[in-house]
Amino acid sequence: MTTETARSSGSPSGGEPRPSRVPPVRGTWRQYLAAVRVLAVLTVAVGVVYPLAITAVAHLPGLRGRAEGSLVHTASGAPVGSSLLGQGFVDRDGAPLPQWFQSRPSAAGDGWDGASSGASNLGPTNPDLVSAIAQRRAAVAEFDSVPARQVEPAQVPPDALTASGSGLDPHISPAYARQQVNRVALARGLDPARVGALVEDHVEGRILGFLGEERVNVLELNLALLRLAP
Amino acid sequence: MNEVTAGLLVVASLAVALAVLHRPMGAWMARVYTDPGHWRLERLVYRLGGIDPQADQRWPVYARSLLAFSAVSVLALYGLIRVQARLPLALRLTGPDPALAWNTAVSFVTNTNWQNYSGESTLGHLAQMAGLAVQNFVSAAVGIAVAVALVRGFARAGTDRIGNFWVDLVRSCVRILLPIAAVGAVILIAGGVVQNLHGLTEVSTLAGGQQVVPGGPVASQEVIKELGTNGGGFFNANSSHPFENPTALTNWFEILLLLLIPFSLPRAFGLMVDDVRQGYAIVAVMALFWVVSVAALWTAEASTRSDAALAAGAALEGKEVRFGISNSAVFAASTTLTSTGAVNSFHDSYTPLGGGMALGNILTGEVAPGGVGSGLYGMLVLAVISVFVAGLMVGRTPEYLRHKIGPPQMVLASLYILLTPSLVLIGAAASSVLPGPLAARTNEGPHGLTEILYAYASMANNNGSAFAGLGTNTLWYNATGGTVMLLGRFLPMVLVLALAGGLARQPRIPVTEGTLPTHGPLFVGLLTAVIVLLVALTYVPALALGPLAEGLR
Repeated sequence: MTTETARSSGSPSGGEPRPSRVPPVRGTWRQYLAAVRVLAVLTVAVGVVYPLAITAVAHLPGLRGRAEGSLVHTASGAPVGSSLLGQGFVDRDGAPLPQWFQSRPSAAGDGWDGASSGASNLGPTNPDLVSAIAQRRAAVAEFDSVPARQVEPAQVPPDALTASGSGLDPHISPAYARQQVNRVALARGLDPARVGALVEDHVEGRILGFLGEERVNVLELNLALLRLAP
Repeated sequence: MNEVTAGLLVVASLAVALAVLHRPMGAWMARVYTDPGHWRLERLVYRLGGIDPQADQRWPVYARSLLAFSAVSVLALYGLIRVQARLPLALRLTGPDPALAWNTAVSFVTNTNWQNYSGESTLGHLAQMAGLAVQNFVSAAVGIAVAVALVRGFARAGTDRIGNFWVDLVRSCVRILLPIAAVGAVILIAGGVVQNLHGLTEVSTLAGGQQVVPGGPVASQEVIKELGTNGGGFFNANSSHPFENPTALTNWFEILLLLLIPFSLPRAFGLMVDDVRQGYAIVAVMALFWVVSVAALWTAEASTRSDAALAAGAALEGKEVRFGISNSAVFAASTTLTSTGAVNSFHDSYTPLGGGMALGNILTGEVAPGGVGSGLYGMLVLAVISVFVAGLMVGRTPEYLRHKIGPPQMVLASLYILLTPSLVLIGAAASSVLPGPLAARTNEGPHGLTEILYAYASMANNNGSAFAGLGTNTLWYNATGGTVMLLGRFLPMVLVLALAGGLARQPRIPVTEGTLPTHGPLFVGLLTAVIVLLVALTYVPALALGPLAEGLR
C-alpha cells in the first residue's frame, strides 16, 4: 500500500512517505521558531528583493515614463498632471470653467484628490444620489448650452451625471465631449467645427476592437485645445 | 461593434484563455507538489528556516505548522504597520491605531484583504511591500497548501502522512507565484501601472489648481493581489484607480490573473488523483457558476432597474468610463466568485440585483472557482456532501475517489459548511441591532442591511470586497471583523486537514457497479444543485430583506 501511494501521489520527500528520523521541527516552540525564520526569509525575497527588482526593471526605456505615472507636460515643460488621472477644470470655488472640457463628477476628497481616491458609495435607491443626479442634469445642460444651441437636459449622457469609481476617471464618453464643443468654442472664440474635429481626433476606440468602451481623455483633449489656441 | 457583442467577446476571450492555460498550469502545479527534488533556492530557504524538507507530516503537525506560520505572520504584520512611521519610505504617514492594525494584519494574513483604511493616506511603501505584499504571496500559498494536502488525502491510502507544509508553502511561492508575478508586473507596467518609490508629487493643473500624483511600488503588488486572489488595493479605489488598472487591457489581464490558479487547480487535482475526469467535473461546476453569474450581473447592471440608474440613464455611478458596464460586471462577478475582493467599480452603487448577485457569489462560499486553494478544498468538501446526499437517496454507503465517506468525514464536512454561515449571520445580525454598528451605514432601508450583510459575508468568506458605504473603521467592526476573518479562514482549514488525514489513512476501496460515477454530467448537476440548495436554505431570508426587497420594490 505504501509503495502504491508513493507512485500515485508522490510526496515531498520523493520516495515513499516516511517519518523523518531527525525532525528538526518538533514541538510547538520549534514550529514557531521555524515560522519566524521562514517568514523572515520570504519577506526579504518577495517583500524587498522582488519589488525592488521590478522597480529596477521599470527604469528601462519604454517603461520608465509609465512607471513614473505617465506625467504630461505643457509646451513649456511644466508637469500638469498624469494622463491617467482625471483632474478638475474648475475655479477656486469648484465652479466649472467654460473654456475647458469638463471631467466627470468626482467623489475623491473635495474632487479629483490624488491622495484620496474613491467613490460616493451611494446606493442605487438612495434619494440623495437620485436628487444629485437630477441637479447635475439640469446644471450640466444649462452650462453646456450656448445661445445658438441649447442642450436638452434629457440629452445629457450618464457619465456626466455620475461619480466614477476612483474619483480620478481620466475619461468621458464621446457623447459628453461632443456636447461640450459649442460651449468651449464660444468661451475661447474658436470655430465650433475646429473644436469638434479636435474631439473626434481624441475619441479612442475599444482596445483591440472589443475591450472596454469608447472614450475621450479629458486632459489630453484640453492640452490639444491649448496647442490649437494658446 | 455594439456594446453587447464587445462584452460577449470579453467573456469569450477570457474563457478561451483560461481553457488554454489551465492545462499547462494545472500540470505544472501537479508536478510542483509531487516533485521529489528541491530547487537550489528552496534548499537555501529550508536551511535558513531550519526546515527538514524530507519530513512528511501527519495532519495535526501540518495544521500546527500552518497555524504557527499564520500566527507569526499576524504578529509580524501588526508590528510592522504599527512602527511603520519610524521606518524608511513611510511618507510621513503615521499608520493605523491598534484596532485598525489588528484588523489589517488579520485581513491580509487570512487572504481576505478587507480594508478599513485608505492605502494612500495610511501606509508607507515599506509597509505595503514588506508587509502587505508579502502576505499576498504567503497567504495565497497557505491556501494552496491546504488544497494540496486534501488532494493528497484522496490520492493516498493507508498512510497517516499528508505532505510537508513548509515545502508546499515555499514551492508555491518560488515555483508558481513569484515567476508569474514577476512577468505579470512588467506587463502591467507596460500597460501603465506605476512602479516607483515616490511619495505624493504636487503638480499645477491646467486650470491653475493643485493636484497630487501618488507614487508607489504598485505594479509589483497589483499582480500578486490578483494572482493570489487577495484583493487589497494599494490605493483606496482599488482596481478602479487608473494607477492600478489603467486600461481595459490591464483590466482583462487582471481578471485573467485572478481566475488563473483557481481554474487550474482542478486540473492539478485530477492529475494528482490519477483521473483527470474528476478534475473536469469540478471545473465544469465552477465554470457553470461563473458564466451564470457574469450573465446575471451584466444583465442587472445593463438595465436601469434602480432609481439612480433610471435618473442617470445608466448604472454608471461608481464605474469608470474606460470599463463601462460590461467590463465592470465581468470583473465584479470574477472577484466575488473567487476570494479576491478587488474591485474595478463600486458594488455599493450597483443596481440592487447586481449588487445582490455579487453578494450571492460570496455566499456560495467562494468555491466556483473560489480563492487560490480555498476554492478547490471548499468544492471538494461540497463534493463529499453531494456523494453523501446521493448515497442517502439510493441507500448505499457514500464513497468518493475510492475512499469511503463515513461518519467522521461527514461530521467534518458538515461542520465545514455550517461554520461560515454562522459567522456571517451572527455577525450581521448583531451589527443590525446594535445602535453603534448600525450608524455606520451610508444608505438607509434594505440597502443599509445589505451593506452590513455584505460586510460579514465578505469577511467570513475571506473575500474582502465591500459595499464600501459602511464606515467600518470603528472599534466594533475592527474587532469583530478581525475575529470573523480569523475564524472563517483557519477553522475550515483545520477541518479540511483533519479530513485529509482521515482519508489518507483509509484503505482504498474498489470501484463497483454501485459506485456513483463522480465525473459525469449527473454528478456535475448534483453538485451544482447541492451548492444552490445549501446557499438558498441558509441565506434566502437574509437576502429577501436586503437586495431582493430593494430590487423588487
